[in-house]
Amino acid sequence: MKKTVFVGTFAATALVAGLANAQSTLEQVIDRGELICGSNTGQVGFGAPDADGVWQGFDVGFCRAVAAAIFDDPMAVSFVPLTSQTRFSALASGEVDVLSRNTTWTFVRDVDLQFNFAGINYYDGQGFMVKSDLGVGSAMELDGATVCIETGTTTELNLADFFRVNGMSYEPVPVDTAAEAQQQYLAGACDVYTTDVSALASSRASFATPSDHTILPEVVSKEPLGPAVRHGDDNWYDIIKWTLMALVAAEELGVTSENVAELAEGSDVPEINRLLGVEGGFGAMLGLDNEWAARAIAAVGNYGELFANTIGDNSPIGLERGMNALFADGGMMYAMPFR
Amino acid sequence: MSDTHSNTVAYVRDTMLPQTEPPLTEKGALKWLRENLFSGWLNTGLTLIALFIIWQALMAVGPWLLNSVWNAGSLRECRDILDGATGACFAVIVDRWHQLLFGFYPRHLYWRPVLALVLLFVALSPVLFPSLPRRLLTFTAIYPFLAYHLLWGGSVWLPIGAALGFVVGALAYIGLKRVNNLLAVFGAVLAPVLWWLVLAGPFDSTMSAVLPWGLEFVRSDRFGGFLISLVIGISGISLSLPLGILLALGRQSDMIFIKSVCVVFIEFIRGVPLITLLFTASLLLNFFLPPGTSFDLILRVIIMVTLFASAYMAEVVRGGLAALPKGQYEAADALGLDYWKAQRLIIMPQALKISIPGIVNTFIGLFKDTTLVVFIGLLDPIGLSNAIRASTDWNGIYWELFIFIGLLFFIFCFGMSRYSLYLERKLKRDHR
Repeated sequence: MKKTVFVGTFAATALVAGLANAQSTLEQVIDRGELICGSNTGQVGFGAPDADGVWQGFDVGFCRAVAAAIFDDPMAVSFVPLTSQTRFSALASGEVDVLSRNTTWTFVRDVDLQFNFAGINYYDGQGFMVKSDLGVGSAMELDGATVCIETGTTTELNLADFFRVNGMSYEPVPVDTAAEAQQQYLAGACDVYTTDVSALASSRASFATPSDHTILPEVVSKEPLGPAVRHGDDNWYDIIKWTLMALVAAEELGVTSENVAELAEGSDVPEINRLLGVEGGFGAMLGLDNEWAARAIAAVGNYGELFANTIGDNSPIGLERGMNALFADGGMMYAMPFR
Repeated sequence: MSDTHSNTVAYVRDTMLPQTEPPLTEKGALKWLRENLFSGWLNTGLTLIALFIIWQALMAVGPWLLNSVWNAGSLRECRDILDGATGACFAVIVDRWHQLLFGFYPRHLYWRPVLALVLLFVALSPVLFPSLPRRLLTFTAIYPFLAYHLLWGGSVWLPIGAALGFVVGALAYIGLKRVNNLLAVFGAVLAPVLWWLVLAGPFDSTMSAVLPWGLEFVRSDRFGGFLISLVIGISGISLSLPLGILLALGRQSDMIFIKSVCVVFIEFIRGVPLITLLFTASLLLNFFLPPGTSFDLILRVIIMVTLFASAYMAEVVRGGLAALPKGQYEAADALGLDYWKAQRLIIMPQALKISIPGIVNTFIGLFKDTTLVVFIGLLDPIGLSNAIRASTDWNGIYWELFIFIGLLFFIFCFGMSRYSLYLERKLKRDHR
């Protein structure tokens, strides 16, 4: 069982070593016949395998859109589950082509770790959940509280900053996963559970009596989450960035998974035509064909549909669009012009 | 009374008294209780405290277990069925047991890992139970290649080509032995390596083109759950024992080069935590390999786990070697046996017998350590429990999954420890 694999791989390694150098990421992906997408090991609504082992979720949907844009097959993705500790090395070492794993866009990650964030697909922020019977109405009343906090995340740093700025003290209870945090919080090991508001909402919905728990009104940090690629391949970065733009633009322009086939025949709106490849030849500039965006939209729907089906109204989680609504609707989602 | 005590002489009893029941406190359960649980005020106190703790635990867990729900589609349904009462929701096991056992292995191919497991026991039986016919060992030799093909599938010629490497090595040894012993050893090592590097690839592709036999290919990332623990654990266990023995012998060797290589290897591996090696396997290795190379992650992990376990195994076996009286070595020399014969016939059987508890200990530890792969994102049972909780249906479920996983591991680890006890009893040669 072991030696055989070793031999095969050894031979393959030697073979590939000779062939593969200086291939662009897109060429590698096309040669391989599938996209390798770094995903979460399991985050409710954002990415997890279902009972049949098919990955589902909001971040997963984005990777499927990229795969559809490249291959015309949203299933041509293999998902590599990554923990918050392993995600950056996996992307940097080339183990994954793109990291779509609710990762906060920060200066250090962008500049020092040498990644490019392709945009923001979810605006989140850090919040606090407490048991209602504590009678706490504001995060400013949390002085001296014990706080369950996931290690290795930006929330850990934000928490320290927030308490220091407001001259309060706290006692951290470090945990490794959201499930552990929920368990510790429910068992009373900590008074407060803090993480991104979206995750708090889905945790609260999973409790036996959600009404016993309150999410405090304060949002203490900016958590712009988005897909990331590594430095050094600008064309690949463009493909990821503009796939995300295409999904948002589709919502702005009213292109949905239902009418995309019809609109791709040609319409009166020039920007829709450019987006869907009827005119402009934008796909070719990316190194893809011109129907790339139409295929991505047909596969997962536009941004609004993807949101609603995975974490929004049509899902049991039922998150509000909030900041993630289109700019026109008072949110912050905004696609650069397809021009 | 009078007939038994027919006193012929006033002070001598010449008949036996009939046996009477011992006093209540000196027999049966009561005696056992008195002697073992209530033999003094300290023990009585401890017994009462223990009983209280057991009672509390039963009261806490009992209703939860007795009230379990086995048929529901989601945690919410479970709670509706329970309607406010406490109870376990084992419906999650009913819904997802196949994932905890097989990961994402294609469902219509579940028979393949199951068959591989059944055949594993067949392959192991001649090794574990010497009473079975020796001819079964042929199957044991074939088994690794067969299991690889059953689990991964693909072209049947890949494992056959790899197996042929050993045949080539054996042929080279026999052929060259007539010329020179040392040459034969070199030939036996070099020939298979050459075969694997140069000829195995073309052999595989030509034979696949001529006779495209083989099972449906299953990619490594479809592996998960208990399947991955077993694949890593069993490969690690079966490879680490021979490697460990060689390392232990190397460490005792008089040849300075071999000795120092072994010592450095063992001390390095023992000085580094397994999790570091796993991170190296999953992350660091890719920096050194040419871009675009995909070196199967499970294979990388198996190699690292094997290296790790073999270093510990080497020390366990060295303990066994050290416990042998020097006379045994001298006796082997006196009989005129060469090094390998002495090891095979005299030293190793005794040293390994002494080391059995340590060896099995390492095995069990290794098997449980396979759950560490969760940190590098492989979906072993623990990793899958996270993934299952991340579905909206089962978000919030906790203990039920861990109880199931714990039970699975317990069955295997307990089985191993029972077997080692059996083996120790069977191999007992002293008359204590």
